[in-house]
Amino acid sequence: MSLTLEEVRHVAGLARLSLSAEEEALMRTQLSAILDAVAELARVDTSKVEPTSHAAGEVAPWRSDEVQPSFSAERSLGNAPARVGTSFAVPRIIE
Amino acid sequence: MSVSDFQPVIGLEVHAQLLTRSKIFCGCSTEFGAPPNANTCAVCLGMPGVLPVLNEKVVEFAVRTGLALGCRINPVSIWARKNYFYPDLPKGYQISQYDQPLCEHGVLEIDGEDGVRRIRIRRIHLEEDAGKNVHDAGGGESLVDLNRSGVPLVEIVSEPDIRSSAEAGEYLKALRDVLVYLGVNDGNLEEGSFRCDANVSVMRRGATQYGQRVELKNINSFRFVQKAIDYEIGRQVELVESGGKVAQETRLFDAVRGETRSMRSKEEAHDYRYFPEPDLPPLRIPGGLVERIGRELPELPRAKLQRFASSYGLPAYDAKILVGDRELADLFERTQAAYGGPAKKLSNWFTGELLRMLKEGAGAIGALRFAPAQFAALLKLVDGGELSNNAAKDVFAEMFRSGRDPKEIAREKGLVQVQDTGAVDAAVDAVLAANPGEVEKYRSGKKQVFGFLVGQVMKAMKGKGNPALVNAALKAKLGD
Amino acid sequence: MELTELSMLELGKKLGSGELSSVEAVRTSLDRVDRLDGRVKAFLRVDREGALAQAEAADRRRKEGRRAGPLDGVPVGLKDLFLTEGLPATAGSRILESFVAPYDATVVKLLRAAGTPILGKLNMDEFAMGSSTENSAFFPTRNPWNLETSPGGSSGGSAAAVAARMVFGALGTDTGGSIRQPAALTGTVGLKPTYGRVSRFGVVAFASSLDQVGPMTRTVADCAALLQTIAVHDPRDSTSAPVKAPDYLSELEAGVKGLKLGLPREYFELPGMNAEVRTAVEGATRALETLGAQLVPVSLPHTRYALATYYLVAPAEASSNLARYDGVRYGLRASGAPNLLAMYGRTRDQGFGLEVKRRIMLGTYALSAGYYDAYYLKAQKVRTLIKKDFEEAFRTVDAVLSPTSPTAAFRIGEKVSDPLAMYLNDVFTLPCNLAGLPGLSVPCGFTAAGLPIGLQILGRAWDEARVLRIARAFEREHDFHRRAPPLGRS
Repeated sequence: MSLTLEEVRHVAGLARLSLSAEEEALMRTQLSAILDAVAELARVDTSKVEPTSHAAGEVAPWRSDEVQPSFSAERSLGNAPARVGTSFAVPRIIE
Repeated sequence: MSVSDFQPVIGLEVHAQLLTRSKIFCGCSTEFGAPPNANTCAVCLGMPGVLPVLNEKVVEFAVRTGLALGCRINPVSIWARKNYFYPDLPKGYQISQYDQPLCEHGVLEIDGEDGVRRIRIRRIHLEEDAGKNVHDAGGGESLVDLNRSGVPLVEIVSEPDIRSSAEAGEYLKALRDVLVYLGVNDGNLEEGSFRCDANVSVMRRGATQYGQRVELKNINSFRFVQKAIDYEIGRQVELVESGGKVAQETRLFDAVRGETRSMRSKEEAHDYRYFPEPDLPPLRIPGGLVERIGRELPELPRAKLQRFASSYGLPAYDAKILVGDRELADLFERTQAAYGGPAKKLSNWFTGELLRMLKEGAGAIGALRFAPAQFAALLKLVDGGELSNNAAKDVFAEMFRSGRDPKEIAREKGLVQVQDTGAVDAAVDAVLAANPGEVEKYRSGKKQVFGFLVGQVMKAMKGKGNPALVNAALKAKLGD
Repeated sequence: MELTELSMLELGKKLGSGELSSVEAVRTSLDRVDRLDGRVKAFLRVDREGALAQAEAADRRRKEGRRAGPLDGVPVGLKDLFLTEGLPATAGSRILESFVAPYDATVVKLLRAAGTPILGKLNMDEFAMGSSTENSAFFPTRNPWNLETSPGGSSGGSAAAVAARMVFGALGTDTGGSIRQPAALTGTVGLKPTYGRVSRFGVVAFASSLDQVGPMTRTVADCAALLQTIAVHDPRDSTSAPVKAPDYLSELEAGVKGLKLGLPREYFELPGMNAEVRTAVEGATRALETLGAQLVPVSLPHTRYALATYYLVAPAEASSNLARYDGVRYGLRASGAPNLLAMYGRTRDQGFGLEVKRRIMLGTYALSAGYYDAYYLKAQKVRTLIKKDFEEAFRTVDAVLSPTSPTAAFRIGEKVSDPLAMYLNDVFTLPCNLAGLPGLSVPCGFTAAGLPIGLQILGRAWDEARVLRIARAFEREHDFHRRAPPLGRS
């Protein structure tokens, strides 16, 4: 199956990747090849099979409702590319 | 054709913050009002390598909510990732529930226009809240505060059973009251701890298919709920009547203009790419936990309301006020048990003096200085004629401030009325003797001088005469 | 014997007796790094000061008679996706090039408690996506056995550093073979534990339901000792199992008499397996037979679907795990973006390499509306069948043997532009990730060109002790683990 350029652009949009025209073309070819390769899964009869959604066992550990120390502002913002006071700053969101 | 030819169909989605001390997946505090990013850690900041661990109190509160709303609690429910990009969503996905939520198939009774209506609840699930974006007016930037990121939410989704904006308002109030009663939410629409989105569509009366529904967002007060829905109903009806089609979209309510507007930024419907959260095993609720929580459920607002009306014979207005606050209702019941007299009398005191003093002093019922038994004793003093109603109000104010015994306060203030008929007679005799002219006027038909004579007796008794006794004695001695 | 030839446990003993000091060990290792890493390029960051300080502390502890354990003072390296407070953690990516870890991963805390000085952070394929370390945003690591070839990946830096004796042991991660395949290609021992055995808290996530942390060492005993240090239940990881680890060293020498070892038909029938690899591995299985094990043919019928299953599940989870790299709170942010959407797009386009982008695209597609059922859900169902295959096989055998990798080390540049060819490196390793089972690679020979070959041993869930014991039985009778790459004493 071959992906169209439209589909590549749509997926890139969902993933927030600004691909160059070259990258788009490369993705189109390579992803199509990979999707072809994985298409064989359709042949497997899974009508009576449950998906493995969770690799770990059945145990669901819960923690008690106690407040633990938070990060200091320095620690929280130490790697921030841009900040104003103790807030993270980002370019304007067009609403 | 007009609006009345159409049937509105409304479904409501409520997001309510749970009143746990710490967040749903990490130990940061959920306290409101901290400086930006003061209540954050690696987990709720979505740093590389972090993993979620569930807060047990969140489970308890959610099960409590589900049981109170008559839902089935699913013994196994699945966490799911809802994937989208936004600066207030640190991981780029929200941990929520999609297939197999925690609770399903509940119901909430409300008072509709024509009687009781049962609004079905489709599902209740758990999820984490996102942070906050603040649009910086000057710099053209947005500021991101992740204190709220990770605060636990329940999402309560109703079936589209609601048929008018008034019913929608009733549903929200009733739901809010239940959540506040349960102690799981503080019911604050304005502060955002209780948020509501509405799905609104219209269909011609008698039609069999629902119309296209529109999602309304940004409804952040109870007042606006009805306004927003009414506007939207009108807009849709007009559109359909003029031959147009209602578009599937999300609209924001503009409180200033009183209208709904399409959200420009939503170019396409979100593809959230839900899949089961691999970092969390399925949520398994032990049967014993559900049972225990079920046993510990408090009496809910509607049931209490009905009981107050029937058992205490209280009018709906009184009952509503008393039941509106769970602690107030409890205090009423304890006081009434100690009092034993007519419940309406006590109710008047509650809805009158008590609430007034609480409001003035911004006090809390939990911090009252006097005991129910004392309050009951005060009322008995009035019933027994030892205190006039006005005197009792004075005594109450002092009792509220100091917590001292009402009888003690009354004595100290010299407010105890004289009950001794002998003393009353003597005073009446003295006054009549001192005012022969007025007596003559009264006996000759001028009944209005009675008030003057009563006043004189009261003066002579320094205001402590029991009005009823004084009246009776005067009348008797005047020969009426 | 040269200090750096000692195994972790041997060094540990000498540190314990006072014959050697940890400072000496660290200095010698750093010397070796200075001399060799210019060519091998295993390290992204060497923490000289930190390692020496930790070594000094270890020596102090020994003097005060309170050693932290058998590995106290033994220098190790960490793949650069373990968050180590105060040090960068790049995950081999430009998008995290300047990211300084604000907290320690749980396994790092455990290593600190065990006293092992951390020499530095090791190179890897970007976000653990790759089988050759050529996808590192910075530079490829070279295989010490032949510097023109790849050490494998994604834990290529860890494997090369261990093989070149620059560190005594290392931690890596394995999602589809990323510990075992580089171990095989570098003649070292690498173990992927049972899913849930080791904490993932503080480990940059690739595919959450597949990732596991594991030890990479030169000997099987070292592997057992290092595993012991990190096989601890972690309440901060909800997928960490509350299963107490046994003593991995106590049964290590028990041998293989009476054990049934399965030979999966489908693995040995796979086209593309190098003849020398086949010969070496078949020889290894016969050696185990001579040692008393019984070889049993088994069938894992859904093996042929494992690659496709993996390449839907892993990228899907990765596409979601990597959404947090958006330039908002940490890492790279593209400059000059006029608005948020542009900032996101440019940041991620500039910050991620091609393989990462490819997998994000694949994963996003597999989860997207209209495709979820046919791709992601379908793959998760086939995964169940692969798990069941193993469950069935393990009713008759105690472990499963196979080659670790279909080929020995390949030339750098040979496969990097053909993703499908590169993915085939993992055909033998990725099924056990899908099944959540433990798997180990132990050296079992060399090609005529002198490149290492690895034998893979797969076990039942929680049966690492048996897997290690089988590996040790083989190792004992051979000297592969004593051979060193010809890097010269320069």
